[in-house]
Amino acid sequence: MKKTTTLASAGFLTSGLVGLLWSASLLARDDFITLASTTSTENSGLFNAIIATFTDATGINVRVVAVGTGQAFEIARRGDADSLLVHDTAGEVQFIADGYASERLDVMYNDFVIVGPSDDPADVSSSDNVADALVRIAESESPFASRGDDSGTNRAELRLWKDAGITPQGAWYRELGSGMGPTLNTAAGMNAYSFTDRATWVAFQNPQDLVLLFEGDDALFNQYASVLLSEQQHPHLKHALAAQWHQWLVSEKGQQAIADFNVNGQPLFFPNAQSLSNTQ
Amino acid sequence: MNASIFPASLLTIVPALHFEQVSFEHRDHRLLAPTTLTLSGCQRTLIMGPNGAGKSLLMRLAHGLLSPSSGNIHWQGKPPAQAMVFQRPVLLRRSAIDNLTYALAVSGVPRRQRKNIALQALEKFGLVALAKRPARVLSGGEQQRLALARAWLLNPAVLFLDEPTAALDPAAIKAVEDAVNEFHHNGTRIIMTTHDLHQAHRLADEVVFMYGGQVLEHTPAHRFFDTPASTQAGAFLRGELVW
Amino acid sequence: MTASDNPFYTALTLILGMDSALIAIVMLSLKVSLIAVLTASLLALPLGAALALWRFPGRNALIVLLNALMGLPPVVAGLCVYLLLSRAGPLGQFGLLFTPTAMVIAQTILVFPIIAALTRQQVETLHNEYAEQLRSLGLNQLRMMPTLLWDARFGLLTVILAGFGRASAEVGAVMIVGGNIDGVTRVMTTSIVLETSKGNLPLALGLGIVLLSLVTLINALAHMVSETAKRRLG
Repeated sequence: MKKTTTLASAGFLTSGLVGLLWSASLLARDDFITLASTTSTENSGLFNAIIATFTDATGINVRVVAVGTGQAFEIARRGDADSLLVHDTAGEVQFIADGYASERLDVMYNDFVIVGPSDDPADVSSSDNVADALVRIAESESPFASRGDDSGTNRAELRLWKDAGITPQGAWYRELGSGMGPTLNTAAGMNAYSFTDRATWVAFQNPQDLVLLFEGDDALFNQYASVLLSEQQHPHLKHALAAQWHQWLVSEKGQQAIADFNVNGQPLFFPNAQSLSNTQ
Repeated sequence: MNASIFPASLLTIVPALHFEQVSFEHRDHRLLAPTTLTLSGCQRTLIMGPNGAGKSLLMRLAHGLLSPSSGNIHWQGKPPAQAMVFQRPVLLRRSAIDNLTYALAVSGVPRRQRKNIALQALEKFGLVALAKRPARVLSGGEQQRLALARAWLLNPAVLFLDEPTAALDPAAIKAVEDAVNEFHHNGTRIIMTTHDLHQAHRLADEVVFMYGGQVLEHTPAHRFFDTPASTQAGAFLRGELVW
Repeated sequence: MTASDNPFYTALTLILGMDSALIAIVMLSLKVSLIAVLTASLLALPLGAALALWRFPGRNALIVLLNALMGLPPVVAGLCVYLLLSRAGPLGQFGLLFTPTAMVIAQTILVFPIIAALTRQQVETLHNEYAEQLRSLGLNQLRMMPTLLWDARFGLLTVILAGFGRASAEVGAVMIVGGNIDGVTRVMTTSIVLETSKGNLPLALGLGIVLLSLVTLINALAHMVSETAKRRLG
């Protein structure tokens, strides 16, 4: 009796295993592409909003793997994603030059902002431009939380320090090696200044004493682009489906879907495919 | 007790067991000096001696649980069916009857015969009412009877018992001794260690007396008890040695 | 603190709300971790028992290695599986990366050393007790294995639960090999990471409470079954 029960349960569990693998292979037969993208686009809820529209129109599902820009490039380089949507123009151009991608199209932009404690000890809010703001933080040695993870945002931040003529170092400058959300959590915890994309900031729900202190400088412009991967480099990828997604993003419908997305009435991404699509 | 369930098979002659210059060492300690010994017939052999004399060791070598460091142990002919009952019975974490059907399965008895044979053995040892009880919650005496029932099932030509009554109360000791005699009447050779002199008087046909890792005497029981040859055995019998 | 900021309130709302997305995430978490633990057990129980029963050169090194691997960081296991399953890796052509199967593989690797090492300990202890009797009955090591595994079953249930605890609690491996894809590979722990990075701490903690409740429920069930069986079988 006992043995029969054991056998029966073993059989049941094994069939469960087979069932899962089977259902996984069923899923794999559906039309979908894997998109490597950044956490800012995923965390803000943009993809939730626009992918449904794309899927309704084409029947193609988009599976988003949201990671830092550096890791997104690596996933695409190894051939583990069918498409790429990131925000590091210099990196994207290099990626094409290296032969991993065939073209990039500007899709949308938003901007970076500087956030910090509401009492603003470095008086960043009265800065004339972003370089001035960074100088004030460095000279007052106010705590600053940096991503420190070679992401698109981190690369933009380091460029701005360099343009301001500052090598950020010292106890006040904390390199966290974390994503945008965790960095903001840490900045809130230690009441530090931080550099973030607006989308993540607006959707962020744990600001504690942090407020937006500086915005609006042209140097804070943050361009997102869709990158079409190389057919020669990775012939196994779903290039036809990825191309549909790539084209849809810059189409009128895709651009409209991006424009329609907002958090609490505030738009977070601004479509700019037409005006900038040939800057590559 | 009832008549044996295996009368015919036990009437065959039990082969003799020879020890030739057998010694045993463990981590550079000699636990058994070179020993030559023959155990034969359907006798009740009691291995006696103080603690640490090497009684259990000699028995484990005989049963094949240990291999000698040197020398040679062999049966005259094919090794016979054997079973062993330990001082603290080793029972599996199952019901009493499952412990018996397990032993039957191991020895190759077809599945559909196991339950009947097990029930007969339980009945023989007065354990039928406890058949479904977990073996390990039985009392010490019940556990030892179950161990004897398990040995019974295996239909052994030689039964080894290592201090089987050391931890038992008098009633339980009586039950074990009755069982030993029952095995003996059915033609099983008994090889048993004890340091209970009274028990040895009651059971022994012959005695192997050990002292300090050596076999000092191997004689018929009456001669051992009346006129021990070695001074150590004499002291042992007078109760002078601490054990 | 408003009610919606209270993680316990959030957890309760999540459970009572029976949100279909949450149920899908919970089911996937359980499926992945249970299948990983089952697979690991099928391999690790015999291996652990074999390590307890046989003496061979390199045995001690193997035991030390297994014990050390019990502390394998999940993210390292995840990275190794990622490199294996990646298109550029040796098993790339199967296209398993970013699927639940990849998560099962990673968790199996995490759980295997725990079950193997602890099984070795349990079976060795039991073997010390049973060895003479079983050899007296004429069993060799191979035939002892099923007996010892069966008789150690209550201890082994705890071992398997320890493995399940590790699988259901880890996030580093499933995050890398699963990719935390919404509706495909998103499980409880990766959801918690995601909500934390969104700064939605009450929801993150609420999900944590739901996860903990589930694991507690499974452990309670296993404990009950084991206690009942122990009382009946000794």
